[in-house]
Parts: sequence; structure tokens; C-alpha cells
Amino acid sequence: MNALPYLLEGLKVTIYIFVIAIILGFIIGLIMALLRLSPIRALNWIAKIFIDAIRGTPILVQLFFFYFGLNSLEFISFDRTTAGIITVAINAGAYFAEIIRAGIQSMDKGQTEAARSLGLTSAQNMRYIILPQAFRRMLPTFTNQAIISLKDTSLLSVIGIADLTQQGQIAIAATFKAFEIWLVVGIMYFLLIYLLSLLSNFLERRFELR
Amino acid sequence: MTMIDVKNLKKSYGKFEVLKDISVEIKEKEVVCVIGASGSGKSTFLRCLNRLEEITAGQVIIDGQDITAKEANINKIRQEVGMVFQQFNLFPHKTVLENIILAPMKTRGTAKAEATKNAMELLEKVGLKEKADSYPGELSGGQKQRVAIARALAMNPKVMLFDEPTSALDPEMVGDVLEVMKQLAQEGMTMVVVTHEMGFAREVSDRVLFIDEGVIAEQNVPGELFSNPRNKRTQAFLSKVL
Repeated sequence: MNALPYLLEGLKVTIYIFVIAIILGFIIGLIMALLRLSPIRALNWIAKIFIDAIRGTPILVQLFFFYFGLNSLEFISFDRTTAGIITVAINAGAYFAEIIRAGIQSMDKGQTEAARSLGLTSAQNMRYIILPQAFRRMLPTFTNQAIISLKDTSLLSVIGIADLTQQGQIAIAATFKAFEIWLVVGIMYFLLIYLLSLLSNFLERRFELR
Repeated sequence: MTMIDVKNLKKSYGKFEVLKDISVEIKEKEVVCVIGASGSGKSTFLRCLNRLEEITAGQVIIDGQDITAKEANINKIRQEVGMVFQQFNLFPHKTVLENIILAPMKTRGTAKAEATKNAMELLEKVGLKEKADSYPGELSGGQKQRVAIARALAMNPKVMLFDEPTSALDPEMVGDVLEVMKQLAQEGMTMVVVTHEMGFAREVSDRVLFIDEGVIAEQNVPGELFSNPRNKRTQAFLSKVL
């Protein structure tokens, strides 16, 4: 099938955007979760506004805002890929923030008390005691969000990013084989997501809860 | 020499006053047991001594340092005040050895080799040397509590606080933990022990405080307090637990 090289090209772009966006999203989520839990009111509010704004608007609107909206201002110029990555990353970040916050809050208070009673600072407690345990508990929910973000990348085709979905459309324009090509595109997404769940299962076993 | 000096300590949760004006001096090497009904404020009192509970009014001075002072470095002070919890609170994602060496390495910058050597000595002391590489989930309650004691001792504290250390244990595990505490007392550790183990209080402590409704209703050497309680409320409490 001569459409395959197109699709593989798109698959590469999808993976590239997803990997960068999910890493950025995780960092954004971690920072926002810590701000959200900070005793300083102003930081709380920054995180809360960010999370609510992102969760309360459709990702397609966010994408248009970052690409068309910001680019219409004189002093900003994002290329498509950058705008796409930012959109997916920020979206994932808002959801990650809530997952991480809930994970931290679900930890037994005794863990923090033991750490603090030994003289560890609150930052050391987070780093060595709370986060390692909370992350293990959050893994299944993280995976869930990662899968959603991966599927979200297919929306980026609407601003012309040459991802798997966009390449599928191009391949169809060239071959007129809509049924076969959408089927193959679907299978490719499915396999990617299947790989993601395998990775998650592996990590869960690797960091088994004691 | 006074190790712990509590002056007019008050603690309220909103309008509810848990501790009402508690003053007590505890000397170096003294072993003090705190007894009282649940809800009397005895655990809150203990937790005020390392500021796990913020104090509403009054002063707590440990080894000359006012821990409630604004400029007090509470992390530094807590390094000198070990605490053992009813629920052990071991770190489940770390091995027994890692549980013990974490704080000395992170707070004092002790080298890993030295921290490990010290930890192994402490594990030997509590009789759990062979469990160094186990995870807390693989230990019995009594073993967990002995590891928790070793973990607190690894910071080489001046004072040890015990918050009902045997209350969550199966009866057959209690003895081992009390034995370790007894040994510690004999070595001259300053200890404050909130407990329901009247036998331990009678045998090991130098003084017993009976806390009731947020005040020290009575205090005395254990022989006197247990056999000859003067306060009516002490009498009522002891008649229920002895």
C-alpha cells in the first residue's frame, strides 16, 4: 500500500508531540499541585485559576487561542507544532495537577509527622517520603490521563500539523481509500495506547506498593 | 539539670480548650509516664513538646531552647527530640535500614557508610539486625515499633517522646517493645511516655503524671501514685484500669 509511508511519517509526528507534551504536562502538573497545596494564599489562587480555566474550556478553543489568538498579537509568533505541544501540555498539566494534589492529600498524615519529627524539612518530606509513595498510587490515573492526551493530539490536525490523523487525510486524498486508511490509522492509535498501558503495568510492578 | 521545661502551656482547637495551663519540669535522664483517660489531652501534651501541635499559649523549653520562640529553628530542634508513634509510621517504600539512615544523612549530612554502621548497631540493640533489608510491610507490629525506636535513636536525640507505643500491638508483642524502652531508660535517656501500660509506668518511670480534662490532676513517684492516689479523679481512673 503506497499510503503507508505517509501514515508512518504522521505516526512519528504524533509520538514526538505526545512525548514532549506529556513530559511538559507532568512538570506543569507537579508545579501547579504544589502551588495548590502551598500555605501561601496567592500561590493557591494562581494554581486554582489555571486549573479551572483549562478544565473549564474545550481543548479545541485552547488550541485556536494559542495558535490563531496569540499569533494575531504582534509580539508573539508560534509555529504550529509549538502551539500544538503547548496546548496538549497545558491541558494535561491541569488534569495532572488535580491527580497529584489528590494523591498527596490521600497520604496518611502519620508519614509527614514521622518525617517532620525526625527533623526533615517540609520540602525533604515531600521529596523523600510523600511524592515517591503518592506517585506509585497515582500511576493508574496518570496512565489514564496520558491516554487521553495522546488522543487529544489528533485534534492538532485541524491547524495543519502533519500528525497521524492529518497524514491519514492526505493519504485518502491521494488514494481515495477512506475505509482502509481510517482503519489503519485507528489500529495505529490503538497499538500506541496499548504500548502505553503495557509500560504502565511494567512500572506498577517495578514500583510495587509495599 | 532541667531537660524539658513546660510553662503555662495551653492548647485550644477553636473554642475547645484541650490543655489548660500545664506547667511541668522534666529533668535530664528522668523517665516520666503520662497517664489518663482517652480524650484527656495526654497525647496532645506530648505532641506540643516537639511542636507537631502548635501551642496556643505558654512556653516549651527543651535543653535551654524555647521551641515556641519565633526565631526557633524547629527542624533543628526536632533533630534532638525523637518521637515514637502509636501507628509506627515507618516509611513503607523504604527498607528498614533506609528508614533509619534517611534522617541522619539528609538533615546532618552524615556519610552513608557511617549512618549505616550506626543503624546496624541500633538494629542489633533492638534485636532486629537480620531485618535490615526487609520492608516494613514484612514485619510484625512489635518489630515495626522497635525499628521506629531505632529510627528515632539514629538522630542521637536528647529526649525521646513515646505516644502510646504499645497500644496498636498484639498483646504478645508488647513485651519486646517495653523491654527496649526499659533498656533505654536504664541507659539514661530522658523519656516522656504516654501509655496505658501501668506495669511499665510503675516499674520503669521516675514520675507519673495523671492528666485529666487538660490539667495535671496529680503527679507523684509511681509507688505513691498507684498505691496511694490522693485526687478523687485519679482514684476513679486507676480503679478502672488496674
